[in-house]
Amino acid sequence: MQNRIAEKFCELAEKGESALICYVVAGYPDPETSKQVINALVNGGADIIEVGIPFSDPIADGPTIQAASNAALRKGMTPNKALHVVRSVRKQHPNLPLLAMTYSNILVRAGMKKFMSNAKHCGLDGFILPDMPVEEADIYLLTASKLNLATVFLVSPNTSEARLREIVARTTGFLYVVSVYGITGARSSFQKYTLDTIRTVKQVAGAKVPVAVGFGISRPAHAKNMIAAGAEAIIVGSAVINKISEGSGKKMLNDLQNFARSMKKACKNE
Amino acid sequence: MLGSYPIDGKFGKYGGKYIPETLAPAIEELESAYEKYRNDPDFQNELSYYLTEYAGRPTPLYFAENLTKHIGGAKIYLKREDLLHGGAHKTNNTLGQALLAKKMGKKRIIAETGAGQHGVGTAIACAVLGLSAEIFMGAKDFERQKLNVFRMKLLGANVYPVESGSKTLKDAINEAIRDWIANVKTTYYLIGSAVGPHPYPMMVRDFQSVIGGEIKQQIWEIEGTMPNAVVACVGGGSNAIGSFYTFLDNKDVRLYGVEAGGKGIKSGMHSASLAAGSEGVLHGMFTRLLQDECGQVVETHSISAGLDYPGVGPEHAMLKELKRAIYAASTDQEAIEGFIALSRLEGIIPALEPSHAISYAMKLAKEMKKDDIIVVTLSGRGDKDVEIVQDYLNKNKNNRKKKTKHAK
Repeated sequence: MQNRIAEKFCELAEKGESALICYVVAGYPDPETSKQVINALVNGGADIIEVGIPFSDPIADGPTIQAASNAALRKGMTPNKALHVVRSVRKQHPNLPLLAMTYSNILVRAGMKKFMSNAKHCGLDGFILPDMPVEEADIYLLTASKLNLATVFLVSPNTSEARLREIVARTTGFLYVVSVYGITGARSSFQKYTLDTIRTVKQVAGAKVPVAVGFGISRPAHAKNMIAAGAEAIIVGSAVINKISEGSGKKMLNDLQNFARSMKKACKNE
Repeated sequence: MLGSYPIDGKFGKYGGKYIPETLAPAIEELESAYEKYRNDPDFQNELSYYLTEYAGRPTPLYFAENLTKHIGGAKIYLKREDLLHGGAHKTNNTLGQALLAKKMGKKRIIAETGAGQHGVGTAIACAVLGLSAEIFMGAKDFERQKLNVFRMKLLGANVYPVESGSKTLKDAINEAIRDWIANVKTTYYLIGSAVGPHPYPMMVRDFQSVIGGEIKQQIWEIEGTMPNAVVACVGGGSNAIGSFYTFLDNKDVRLYGVEAGGKGIKSGMHSASLAAGSEGVLHGMFTRLLQDECGQVVETHSISAGLDYPGVGPEHAMLKELKRAIYAASTDQEAIEGFIALSRLEGIIPALEPSHAISYAMKLAKEMKKDDIIVVTLSGRGDKDVEIVQDYLNKNKNNRKKKTKHAK
C-alpha cells in the first residue's frame, strides 16, 4: 500500500522538483497558532510537514528548538495534545504527508504500539526519532510496518558505508541526512564535507528511498547546493522556528509563507 | 552468572545505546578501544600506578567501633573512599577514562557535573595526564557550588554554565552530549556515573570495581569471612555498582542500594528512580526514570546534589528486577542524622551522599546479629556539604521555635 509520503515524492519526481519539508513544534507558540503556521507553510509551498512533539530532554536539538519545545511544554503541551494538532491538520489537508519528530521516550513511555496506532489514527504518516538507532529499533520497526507508518532514520557525515547500508535497508519514507557535525540550528554556511556526504549517501540509497537533507539549512542558496549534490528533499526547522519567535500575528504568518515560497523556489531550481 | 552482564550492551532489558547517529561511530570506537585496553596489562599497570602512587589506593577498610557500639548491632565497617585523592570515589573513574582517552589519542575531554565532584575529578585526571578539560554544569548548580567551580578552574578546566532545561545535572549531560555530537572526532566524553549508552555503564562499573575488590580482600584479612551486607548510596549508582560487582555472584552477601528519599517518597520531592520511577529512555539508556505520565523527565530533589538525578544506571535497574540487590531510600532528614552521627562518633565528616547509606546501615545493623558484618561505602568526604548541613539545621531550629510559639 502506498502512503502519502511516497505519493508526494512520485508526484514531485515527475515534475522534476525536490521536496520542501518544514518542521514545526506542536503547541508553539500555542496549539492554535501552530496549526496556522502549518497552513502558512503549506500555502507557501511546503510539501511535507514534520510535527515536533516536545520532549523535556532533546539531545539532538540546538537552542532554537530547545526553547520552542520548552515554551510549548510550559504551556501544557503533551504528546496526546500534539496528536490532536495533527488530527485537525489532517482534516484540513487530507493529502499532506505528516510525520512526527520526537524522542524515543515519548513512544516508550506511552507504549510503542499504543502510541503509534493512536498516531496513525490521528492521521500521521510516519516517525523520525533522532535517538533511535537501528540497533534498538526492532519493536519500533515491527510496529510501524504493521501500521504502514514510515520509519525515517538519520545518517551522519561520519556514518560508515556498512552502517549506511543497514540504515538504508530499514528506513522508509525517506532517509534523513544530517548535514553537519552538530545539533539542529540555523547556520550561515556549510563546508564541502556536507555535499560530499550527500553524494555518498545518494549513491548508496540509489532508487530505494529519497534522500532528504536537514540541520542548519536556512537559505535558498543552501538548498540549491544540496539539491545539486543529489538531495531530493530539503528540511528546514530552526529557521522556521526563528521566524515564529521573532514575529507574531498575520505578519509572522505572511513572513513564514514567503520564506517557504523562497525555499520552494530553490527546490524547483528556479 | 550475573557478573557476565552486559550481554550485547544490555543488562537484561536495560541499557542499550539510544544515541543520535553522529555518535554511533564514536561509541563504536570507544567500545573497541576499551575492549583492547581492558585486557592490556600495560594499560592496567599504568592505571594501577596512578591509582596507588597518585590517588592513594588502596583506601582503608575501617571498623567503626564507636558507631557499632552506639547501635549495638552488627559490626559496621567503612570503606574509606573519602580518603581517595579528590575526596571521593570519582577519581577511580576519571583516571581510568582519562587514561583511556589519552591512549585513543583524544586530547579534548568533556564532562558533566552536578555538584562539581565529577567535574573536579575530571579536572584532576586531565591535569595530571596533560589533557584539556571542558566541564558542563547546570547554571543553578554553577551558582550554588561556586567553590567547586573555582576548584575546577584552579585545576585548569573550563567550566560552562548550562542555561537549558531545568539547569541542573540532567541538562549538563544533555549539553555534554550536544557538544560531543559537534566535536565527535576530537573529543572524549568522560561520563561521571554508571549511566549513558553502552559501553559507559559497564566501563564506569569496571573502573569503580576496585572498591568492591578491595573490600573483599580487606574484610577477608581482618575477619576471615565475607561481609553479610554491603551498603552504598545510589544516584547514577557508580560507587554502589563498584562496591557490589565483585559480590554479585556471591549470593550470601546481601547488597543494599540507598537512594535519596528527599522529603519522602510520597511528597514527590525525591530522587529515588528505582523506588518510584518507571521505565524509559534518557541519556542513551533504557532504565528507570522519574518522569510524568507523558514521558517528560521531571525535576528531582535531594539535599545531596550528587544523588539528584532522575535516572539510574541500567545495571541497578536489572539488579532490582532480579531482586539481587535491595533498594531503599533515606530521606534528607535521615541523611543529616547519619552525617551527624558519623561526625560525632567517629570523627569522620561524610559527604551527604554516603550519609544516606550510613543512615540506612544504622537501621540495618540494629536488626542484625552482633557478629554479622556490614560494609558501608563511604563514597566521599563532607567538606563540600558543611554549609548545606548548617543551613538545614538552622532552618529546622527556626521552624521548631515557630512551632513552640504557636503551641503557646
